[in-house]
Amino acid sequence: MKTTSAPLPNAQNDSPAARADLPALAGRFPSSLPDGRRAEIETQLAADENVLAHLEIDLDAGLRFADGLVLVSNRRLLARAAGQDAWQEWPYRAGLTLQRNDHAGVGTLELCDADGRLAQWRYTLGGDIAAGRLVDQFARQLAGALTGKEAAASEQALCPVCETPLMAGQDECPKCSREVDAPPSTWTLLRLWRFAHPYRWRLLAGFLLTLCATAATLVPPYLTMPLMDNVLIPYQNGKPIDRGLVTLYLSGLLGAALLAWVLGWARTYILALVSERIGADLRTTTYEHLLKLSQEYFGGKRTGDLMARIGSETDRINIFLSLHLLDFATDVLMICMTTAILVSINPWLALVTLLPLPIIAWLIHVVRDKLRTGFEKVDRIWAEVTNVLADTIPGIRVVKAFAQEKREAARFRAANLHNLEVNDKVNKVWSLFTPTVTLLTEIGLLIVWAFGIWQVSRDQITVGVLTAFLAYISRFYLRLDSMSRIVSVTQKAAAGAKRIFDILDHVSSVPEPANPVHLPRVEGRIELRNVGFRYGTRSVTRDISIDIAPGEMVGLVGHSGSGKSTMVNLICRFYDVTEGAILLDGVDIRSLPVAEYRKHIGLVLQEPFLFFGTIAENIAYGKPDATRAEIIAAARAAHAHEFILRLPHGYDSLVGERGQALSGGERQRISIARALLIDPKILILDEATSSVDTTTEKEIQKALDNLVRGRTTIAIAHRLSTLREANRLVVLDRGSVVEVGNHEQLMEREGHYYTLYQAQARNVDTEDQLARHDAAAQGERK
Amino acid sequence: MTSDYRLERNAFGRLVFTGAHGDVHEGVVPVRAFPIGAPDEGIALVNPHGHELAWIERLNDLPDALRTLVESELASREFMPEIRRVLSVSSFATPSTWRVETDRGSAALVLKGEEDIRRLAPPALLITDSNGIHFLIRDRFALDAASRKLLDRFL
Ligand SMILES: Nc1ncnc2c1ncn2[C@@H]1O[C@H](COP(=O)(O)OP(=O)(O)O)[C@@H](O)[C@H]1O
Ligand SMILES: [Mg+2]
Repeated sequence: MKTTSAPLPNAQNDSPAARADLPALAGRFPSSLPDGRRAEIETQLAADENVLAHLEIDLDAGLRFADGLVLVSNRRLLARAAGQDAWQEWPYRAGLTLQRNDHAGVGTLELCDADGRLAQWRYTLGGDIAAGRLVDQFARQLAGALTGKEAAASEQALCPVCETPLMAGQDECPKCSREVDAPPSTWTLLRLWRFAHPYRWRLLAGFLLTLCATAATLVPPYLTMPLMDNVLIPYQNGKPIDRGLVTLYLSGLLGAALLAWVLGWARTYILALVSERIGADLRTTTYEHLLKLSQEYFGGKRTGDLMARIGSETDRINIFLSLHLLDFATDVLMICMTTAILVSINPWLALVTLLPLPIIAWLIHVVRDKLRTGFEKVDRIWAEVTNVLADTIPGIRVVKAFAQEKREAARFRAANLHNLEVNDKVNKVWSLFTPTVTLLTEIGLLIVWAFGIWQVSRDQITVGVLTAFLAYISRFYLRLDSMSRIVSVTQKAAAGAKRIFDILDHVSSVPEPANPVHLPRVEGRIELRNVGFRYGTRSVTRDISIDIAPGEMVGLVGHSGSGKSTMVNLICRFYDVTEGAILLDGVDIRSLPVAEYRKHIGLVLQEPFLFFGTIAENIAYGKPDATRAEIIAAARAAHAHEFILRLPHGYDSLVGERGQALSGGERQRISIARALLIDPKILILDEATSSVDTTTEKEIQKALDNLVRGRTTIAIAHRLSTLREANRLVVLDRGSVVEVGNHEQLMEREGHYYTLYQAQARNVDTEDQLARHDAAAQGERK
Repeated sequence: MTSDYRLERNAFGRLVFTGAHGDVHEGVVPVRAFPIGAPDEGIALVNPHGHELAWIERLNDLPDALRTLVESELASREFMPEIRRVLSVSSFATPSTWRVETDRGSAALVLKGEEDIRRLAPPALLITDSNGIHFLIRDRFALDAASRKLLDRFL
């Protein structure tokens, strides 16, 4: 290998000068280069050398984590291999190539010349965009150095952070602005205030009622004091009972009880009303947000889990708000008021009475942490149980066909067992908790008795005061016991709230643009510019550039797995491109409002999805206000009209869940009618006819011919013969465009398309032969 | 076992496969069929078009020279750091940044959600970070107590 082993002599000579005019150096580095790196790099640079692109390497040759750097300057490629101190350089010369590829989350940069590989660097994919830039710059600078012309500077605006090219209508980089790594705050429950805010006045009313109701319940114990001291004790000492006084006290008791009853009813009613509304809002908001999230999000989540979150978690929060939080608030109020009353009667006895309180508070605090994680776990496990159900029930035909009921049952049992285990663990702590609180309560009472009797014996308090105290604190401790329950329910609700806010906090990976561009009229020109895409770490498409004129029909062909559906996903913006851009009429689709953009697209998929409802509803799905005449016209054009009329209830027939009541071809034609009805500018057909037999396909094909007219169409078809109509065919192979042209041109070229076509033609022949053979055999039998 | 094909590394660092009939393929890669379940059993040599050229039942059955070649190529392609210790996590709510010690040095990973921790055949776990890198925990019960405790909060 022809490499200089660093440090480079000339670079070192230059470095003092370079340091001397530091302020002027700002232009020598790309703005994205971290400051910490600059000092290191400066020692390597010549005086008039500028760093144009850089890549921070984080893996060494053996794929261990280590740190290195690759730079492209206007003179050469410079690199410090990961984990080493020595710099290497490669001045520009003919034959050098720099290539980038990735596999399983690791990117590789390879520098080669005609004779072999000169160097190789590895990095984790976080640096992939920088690597792309580096390769770009390298190619540009190399071309510049070889032709002697100044390398053309990139004209495109770049994101200052990650250097992704910015498109028309974008001020901020769609890539950087979506990074959300901050964890949600622990005070998740407080965030529910957002949903409580609209009801704040009713909440305030409820709170005031609670205050009064609680005060009313505190009257009876207070009245035991004079009852004891002024009526009972004097009577024991020989005085007759004062009837008037007794009536007064007793009616006071009754009045307080009635008041507490009325107030309690009012506050419970108001607050239950409010919390029910908060719960409903929470549920709807979460669902609405969920619907806006990208395909990617749904790809990574289990249906059962999401269902559990929106269904049962919101309900749990609801119950928490209406029941437990209310009780807790009442308890706190009661404790505060009781404390005030006790202190006003006798500060010393009050002090002793309240002594166990801090201990219990501490206990609650200790257990809280343990329980929270426990309950979070219980929730996750619960979602797992639901997931098994959500997996199995839709796939019940497969389960039965393979006679795997036992296995599925075992899976469910395992999930349940896991659930049990986790619950057992939580309950171990939890079960100890309540008895401990009770024990503390008893001990508290004991202390009050002892101290009270001692004080009575020294005539510091009356028997009435002691009775009142005992009456108060038995209630008081009773409440403490129930208050301790708030720990668990709060934790459960907080865990639920967190899981809901996880959804609400999730920023869609196909974000709405900050400054949306509105297209008043859509021509239907679609351009793909150097589009690259990755599912996670799997590079699926690379550097695809296609221009589709308005009204043109383009066929996408290629082997299964070559990335055709992925292209459709990208064009529909179910996913955003990882590199490059897709433009509609010259505007980046990322700067168009998502829903507005998709309105222009009619999509027919291989597996048409029908919703539970009537056929008419399903056809009108994209345009709910469509008239009956429009629906019928669309069905006719889709060649669905006749079979619909054959159904017992015509257009009002129910299609069953997921359209079970219809055949594949029928479902397909309904989904074509659905796409036709919205009259889209752009039409995308992803193997719309491949799951049906040839006769049905012919019918569907006729339907499609209606659909295609006058629209920009992208069609993917398994049977190449169905793409004869296409103006152009784009042949994909392993995520790249390999050939473009119409059928005749591609056949002449005898390349990829030719082989694909030949292979199919052979298959069709054999199919025909088989058919003939069958017919012959049947003839013989007759 | 002798093989009826040859494998060499060329100047570009690519593996070159020469088949029994003299067919030559450049840029051949070995691919494990069960990278987690049975890494040393079932390895395919695949050409750049994704077609299988040869099947290796067991790595240990190969002649030494061939085995080292395949092993070195595997080593340079495979990247699944094995977590030895979890040093710290930024929060117990996701997304959370973990500092971990792996068999490939210490690293930081961003866990986007609990569902990115996949349960493999127990006791193994596979953690996918926000960049799509897979971190393996071969035996979560063999980790030290502190790591186990941190990890447990996410399971
Ligand atoms: N959601 C996904 N996650 C990961 N990989 C995917 C996903 N969808 C498709 N792929 C992969 O991307 C490649 C291209 O798939 P696709 O575009 O569906 O092919 P096709 O040309 O048959 O429509 C395939 O190798 C497939 O395995
Ligand atoms: Mg497909």
